Amino acid sequence: MSAAEFTTAIADPYRLGHRGPNLARGHGGGGPATKRVIVGYGFWLFLLSDIIIFACLFATYAVLADATAGGPKARDIFELDRVAWETACLLASSFLCGLATIAVAQRNQILTQAALVATGLTGLAFILLESSEFAALHAQGFGPTRSAFLTGFFTLVGCHGVHVTAGLLWLGTMMAQFYAKGFRPDIGRRFLCFSMFLHFLDVVWVAIFSLVYLVGTRL
Amino acid sequence: MFGKLGWDAIPLDQPIPLIAGAVVMLLGLGMIVWVIAKGWFPYLWKEWITSVDHKHIGIMYVLLGLLMLVRGFIDAIMMRAQQAMAFHAGGYLPPEHYDQVFSAHGTIMVLFAAMPLVIGIMNFVVPLQLGVRDVAFPTLNSVSFWLTATGALLVNVSLLIGEFARTGWLPYPPLSELRYSPGVGVDYYLWAVQISGVGTLLTGINFVTTILKIRAPGMTYLRMPMFCWTALASCLLILAAFPVLTATLAMLTLDRYLGFHFFTNEAGGNAMMFMNLIWAWGHPEVYILVLPAFGIYSEVISTFSSKPLFGYRSMVAATLFICIVSFCTWLHHFFTMGAGGDVNAAFGISTSIIAVGTGVKMYNWLFTMYGGRIRFTTPMLWSLGFMTTFVIGGLTGVLLAVPPADFLLHNSMFLVAHFHHVIIGGVVFALLAGIEYWWPKAFGYRLDERWGKAAFWFGLVGFYVTFMPMYVVGILGMTRRLQHYDVADWYPWLLVSAVGILILMGGAACQITQLVVSFLRRHELRDTTGDPWDGRSLEWATASPPPVFNFAVLPQVQDAEAYWDVKRRAREAEELGGQPHYAPVEMPRNSPTGFVCAFFATLIGFALIWHIWWLMIVGLVGAYATFVVFAWRDVPEYVIPAEEVERIDRADRQARQEALSGAVTT
Amino acid sequence: MEFIRRSGGRTVPQFCLLAMALAPSLARADSILAPVGPVGRGDSIIILDALVIMLAIVIPTMIATLAFAWWYRASNARAVYRPDFTYSGKIELIVWSIPTLTIFFLGGVIWIGSHKLDPFEPLPSTAKPLEIEAVAFDWKWLFIYPEQGIASVNQLVVPVGRPLHFRITSASVFNAFFVPSFGSMIYAMNGMVSQLNLQVDKPGKYLGFSAHFSGDGFPDMRFDPVAVPPDQFAGWAAGVKGARLNRAAVGALLKQSRAVKPYAYKGVDPTLFDAIAAQKLPPGEGPQSGRSGPGAQNVVPHGGAP
Repeated sequence: MSAAEFTTAIADPYRLGHRGPNLARGHGGGGPATKRVIVGYGFWLFLLSDIIIFACLFATYAVLADATAGGPKARDIFELDRVAWETACLLASSFLCGLATIAVAQRNQILTQAALVATGLTGLAFILLESSEFAALHAQGFGPTRSAFLTGFFTLVGCHGVHVTAGLLWLGTMMAQFYAKGFRPDIGRRFLCFSMFLHFLDVVWVAIFSLVYLVGTRL
Repeated sequence: MFGKLGWDAIPLDQPIPLIAGAVVMLLGLGMIVWVIAKGWFPYLWKEWITSVDHKHIGIMYVLLGLLMLVRGFIDAIMMRAQQAMAFHAGGYLPPEHYDQVFSAHGTIMVLFAAMPLVIGIMNFVVPLQLGVRDVAFPTLNSVSFWLTATGALLVNVSLLIGEFARTGWLPYPPLSELRYSPGVGVDYYLWAVQISGVGTLLTGINFVTTILKIRAPGMTYLRMPMFCWTALASCLLILAAFPVLTATLAMLTLDRYLGFHFFTNEAGGNAMMFMNLIWAWGHPEVYILVLPAFGIYSEVISTFSSKPLFGYRSMVAATLFICIVSFCTWLHHFFTMGAGGDVNAAFGISTSIIAVGTGVKMYNWLFTMYGGRIRFTTPMLWSLGFMTTFVIGGLTGVLLAVPPADFLLHNSMFLVAHFHHVIIGGVVFALLAGIEYWWPKAFGYRLDERWGKAAFWFGLVGFYVTFMPMYVVGILGMTRRLQHYDVADWYPWLLVSAVGILILMGGAACQITQLVVSFLRRHELRDTTGDPWDGRSLEWATASPPPVFNFAVLPQVQDAEAYWDVKRRAREAEELGGQPHYAPVEMPRNSPTGFVCAFFATLIGFALIWHIWWLMIVGLVGAYATFVVFAWRDVPEYVIPAEEVERIDRADRQARQEALSGAVTT
Repeated sequence: MEFIRRSGGRTVPQFCLLAMALAPSLARADSILAPVGPVGRGDSIIILDALVIMLAIVIPTMIATLAFAWWYRASNARAVYRPDFTYSGKIELIVWSIPTLTIFFLGGVIWIGSHKLDPFEPLPSTAKPLEIEAVAFDWKWLFIYPEQGIASVNQLVVPVGRPLHFRITSASVFNAFFVPSFGSMIYAMNGMVSQLNLQVDKPGKYLGFSAHFSGDGFPDMRFDPVAVPPDQFAGWAAGVKGARLNRAAVGALLKQSRAVKPYAYKGVDPTLFDAIAAQKLPPGEGPQSGRSGPGAQNVVPHGGAP
């Protein structure tokens, strides 16, 4: 500590407004971060904002859950068997995406493509199962326009479904990029974002499964 | 084929919007023809439309904001004129039209004037202050801008094709539901705000990443200039609040388009939920605007007081304090809904707590001036105007935060006066100060001081004459959004207010004259050193206008006031720091992605508003294809060779060396 | 209730402030600062209290801003330039504590005021309140007097000196019931019942309207209330003439109309208000035709001034 710093330290013992040199490390003075960190961080922020959208939908669903307007209640319409299969498909999809990550790390084109195809197929199975659930409800006259509760339910679960569908579209372009461009660093960064996205959808699904379906059938 | 769109959508029976819309369209077309005829289009396309340079995007944002500010101001003039004429009479605007005017005024001013101006200044300044070459995601930045422009375009298209919302700037259901607003007005609102909201969210992501992950070496968190801190706080708020807006508007959209029941009067819908959700975005939105404004004042007051900002850490703490507390206050927008004493009191107190953070800032600016050497330039005048005006706006704000007071003042003209007091006195003054302050950096010449000061005095006086009478009529019981009235006590005050807006028009005229005069005198007003105000942060360490790479070599930051520190050392040594080692610079390549993507977004928005489903599908496929094409490119960057960097930097160093020797000899 | 009891005699500083800070015209009828009942008095005293508390720090701050700016102007050679004066622990302590203490104080006012003046709270009176049910339609108000078995549109007559208990709902969009001279306003919302307790002490005709924008006919949602002595009120109630207010009559009210002249109903279906509030009746119809789809041009062209 220099003499000048010592004097300021005496004058300002609690360092409340002190603007002198930072003596401690870890204050972010290391200059710009690497591209991988920047891209990953930015996408992570995007996911956080997406979580807020889901939080709004969860909150609305909670508010509207009792507003059945003479229509069916949650326990009348949920079929846990089908939902269990949906969950299994989505979790499997996420696991297979994890395998794809390993394959990408090894720069193995065949394994990568195979794992991604499997990821896509399980994701597609999830979407089909969910669509059949929605179609069945709709056929019984329990569509989203029936009551505020069903509005909330279809929007929350449907929003997740739309995300998964968008993920499948992204998956297709991801596979095409690996195939056509190989394992370039920028494509690797995109894949990092993609896998975060898929795992994030899992996390949201876990919340939907427990808060909407499990709690709903018990009430 | 064209959904709901037919010839009856053109308001042939309403001359005012028809003529206004036609004039705007002709002006726009004339501009385009002129640009193409002059052969400027390639330049415009290469340097601006497809540019991913944060400086150019920032300038385009500011331009968009200023245009929309004029549009919103015209709406304001129409409203003041209507209320001045509508005593025991119908005025000149029928309710169907007047209701659109005030809805458009609010929407445009907050979302398409203030937001682009704030984000534009952030775009231009933040990377320069952080001492880096661009934002984290340059192409995404361009996408953000063009999506915002799409929103602004859609709002203005509603002038000529169809109508705008007649619900107020926040479309409260059930009024905004299909049953009560069957026209396309609310749909215009929904898609315009939704599309531009996505742009804003992307900006938030971009700038939080930039500020937290990309700073010059040595720029620790507590060495960041105050404006960067406030920009960070503002973008954190964007990140947390705009998704709420997206979700809320999506719900209202589902209600209107697919017959869902989020907020309807039927089947268990809950309109109160909309108020909670929209204000969970709406209140932080106010701080999204005002925090960067506080940052601008901090920079201006410190620079023109020739002193560092007083109590810097305290200011950082106050900023983050406001940032967090602003999320806990939304309920004060509907105390009169009858939530009960406990809830009302809790939100009343949380609201007034924000005044602590603001008060701290106010005192710190005060002590920044204490012991300073104050130069009364135009930006400084705006800042002083702000400090004296904003405390009144804050006072009336805290007054409205007291629930029993709000029971009398809610939705009154008093409230209207209050939020104009804080938004104009807080945000608009800051934006004008900021534009004036950073103009030389952006264009290489200063703005004319005489016209600037005239604009300030007209603006300040006009502001008080317009809005103080509104406090009075508010206390006399007048509620907002009245197309006509028959209460004699209100009439004289509304006349005074109309005179006020005439004075404000004078201010606007001075401001425009200032830009023209300064452009004509740009050679006399040239800023050769890149540091016209004796500035303290890094944006002044590079040339005006800055080269495309901002800094030839990333600066090494050793002090909280990075550039002041460099200058001090240079003065002591009577010479600039040593010749740096130049290296080639990699810069992102321009990309039309943002523009093309916004083009398709416009198609999608327009198609959805008018239920033209095939066009919507075309737009969606086009937007997806744009991103695939963008993802497919192989060379995202280009390299500026070291010699080129050196050549550009040498000219700048020479000007500074001359200025330095000049300063030393005198 | 402290605020209401205090309202009998205003303190001297409050009067001075009223005279000083605000133009004289503010004390005229229908100003929120010239209330005619205990609730309005309670609300307006809180406004003045809060104003005094805040002016106590705002005025010195404004003066200091101008004084510092003037004294430390660059051309003033007598002002001492202290470029290194950038932090002082003592000043920071004061700077944080002044607003904090003010808000702490004001927080007390807020907490007490919010509870005492909660619109749902009955007034401390021995008299039994007069029950009034108010329903907002597009664009008129319906007032039902269940005890008297009468109802009126756009006309509110109340007795002085007796507490009034309003139950308020809306048959269509949001509105707010507001009489500036009486005191607090409250929202009228479809599917919900809000309550408002008021009392009027001075006979007269007052300004009453909707204080929440509800569409094109909003400026004409006027119901200028008349306060009369209790015996006159009884006479008025007994003498009301009109059709019976039943579901069919409400069906007619559900159609949009502007600037409706006041009229009354004699005989009221007692379940009507609760049926509207519980959404058992269909909601207001909304516009019937218009620009670009069924919408903009209204079938009931009133418009213009009353």
